[in-house]
Amino acid sequence: MARFGSDTRPIIGRGPSLVARFLLLSAISIGLMVGDHRSNYLTNVRSLLSASIYPIHWLMDAPFSATRWVINNLTDREQVRRENAQLTTQVRDLQVSLQTLAALKAENLRLLELGEATQEVTKKRLIAEIMNVDLDPLRHRVLLNKGQTDGIFKGQPILDAHGVFGQITQVGRYTSEAILITDPEHGIPVRVNRSGLRTIATGTGDLNQLDLPYLTGEADIKVGDLLISSGLGGVFPAGYPVGVVTKMERNPSETFATVEAKPLAKLDSDYEVMLIWYQAPAIEPTIPTPPAAVAPQANQSSETHSSASNKPKNASKPPADTSNKKTNTSSSSSTAKSKPTR
Amino acid sequence: MSSRSVFIYIMLSTVIALLLTIVPMPQIINMGRPDWVLIVVIYWSINAGFVTGLMYAWCCGLLLDILVGTLLGQHALAFVLVATLAQHFQFRIRMFPIMNQVFIVLLLILIYKFMLFWIDGILGSTFSSWLRWLPAVVGALLWPLIVALLDTSTRNIR
Repeated sequence: MARFGSDTRPIIGRGPSLVARFLLLSAISIGLMVGDHRSNYLTNVRSLLSASIYPIHWLMDAPFSATRWVINNLTDREQVRRENAQLTTQVRDLQVSLQTLAALKAENLRLLELGEATQEVTKKRLIAEIMNVDLDPLRHRVLLNKGQTDGIFKGQPILDAHGVFGQITQVGRYTSEAILITDPEHGIPVRVNRSGLRTIATGTGDLNQLDLPYLTGEADIKVGDLLISSGLGGVFPAGYPVGVVTKMERNPSETFATVEAKPLAKLDSDYEVMLIWYQAPAIEPTIPTPPAAVAPQANQSSETHSSASNKPKNASKPPADTSNKKTNTSSSSSTAKSKPTR
Repeated sequence: MSSRSVFIYIMLSTVIALLLTIVPMPQIINMGRPDWVLIVVIYWSINAGFVTGLMYAWCCGLLLDILVGTLLGQHALAFVLVATLAQHFQFRIRMFPIMNQVFIVLLLILIYKFMLFWIDGILGSTFSSWLRWLPAVVGALLWPLIVALLDTSTRNIR
């Protein structure tokens, strides 16, 4: 077999040995891992490197977005007319239901004011496209085509047309990485819409399933119940649909019941999602003794709620400053079961 | 046989491997997607160890970390370990018949997979299944194909 390379230097004195070079590079790698895991020092390095890798992401996504663009432009008139008629009907229907909603909203606000609680305000929305690339198959992550330049921040909640989708874990210059609510490392504080019961829904690694592991056998929950985000933890705004309970099994010999839910967001078929900036209420509602797992979140929520007012500001000026970053990280780690950022 | 033309081939094959890593696939195929970048790194470490050195493997690992969004340095560490082993045994591995090479490569990929698994474990990622090891087998089985492809395409520069 032929040899590559034209290394004509003498065998002795070629520089550091293989083992020495290995040890050096390993040490650097371990240093990077510790730095990336423990702190935010490497955020800028990451975003710089992600900008350098952007051509590869773009190259992979380009054929798909081009196809979509072509299809959008080549739809014939008849189809557009049909779609238009359909959308008009839909808008009319939605407007009718909005009329009642407005009244309900006003009434709700009045009641909340009575209880000295303020309502959340959504400051800004932004549509992002999911880039057509596959990341690690064992983790439910997607790449979005909006990044630091659009004011995206770590821990930002993501919704789709049907429910809660996930949150941002890494922000690059032009892209950002999001974790889905079904990722095994993700947990979202939820409330049962019917009974007001609070708990946490964790991901399972299956796109169609969420687990509710912290419910006892006596918990007031049954199949078909709607789960909505509770707003605790300060990452997700309250009141958005998360999933529907599909299975509830009480086993007398076990402390906890087996409860499973199906996410409402179309996690596997979406290609557009919505990023939101919102202002959490300044005064948090009183929490009736939550389960053990919720406790650390309840402690942190006061801190994150006060910091949440920074978020929209952070959004309006893209060069993120570190103080905001830190508060966002703390809020995101409070919601994810273990570290969502890795 | 200039190292410049080898360099071009190395870059080209690395970029293609990076693209293959993220090309969208159905879920079934996605679970068994081989570690393209690692296979390319092993190939060049064995066949052009003098040109690439360890720095090449380390940079590839770092790019992969950014590309798929893992902890910065995780893939880099595993890549450096595999490249060190491959370069240390490069003359021996090159002499092996292709079928024996498949087993060596399987071993190298398993070492790499174990490193990632181990780091994930330290970070507290609890989710794991046997499917995690499937890409190692697929990658090793693809080795003869990769060797044939890269050997043929680089024949004229030897």
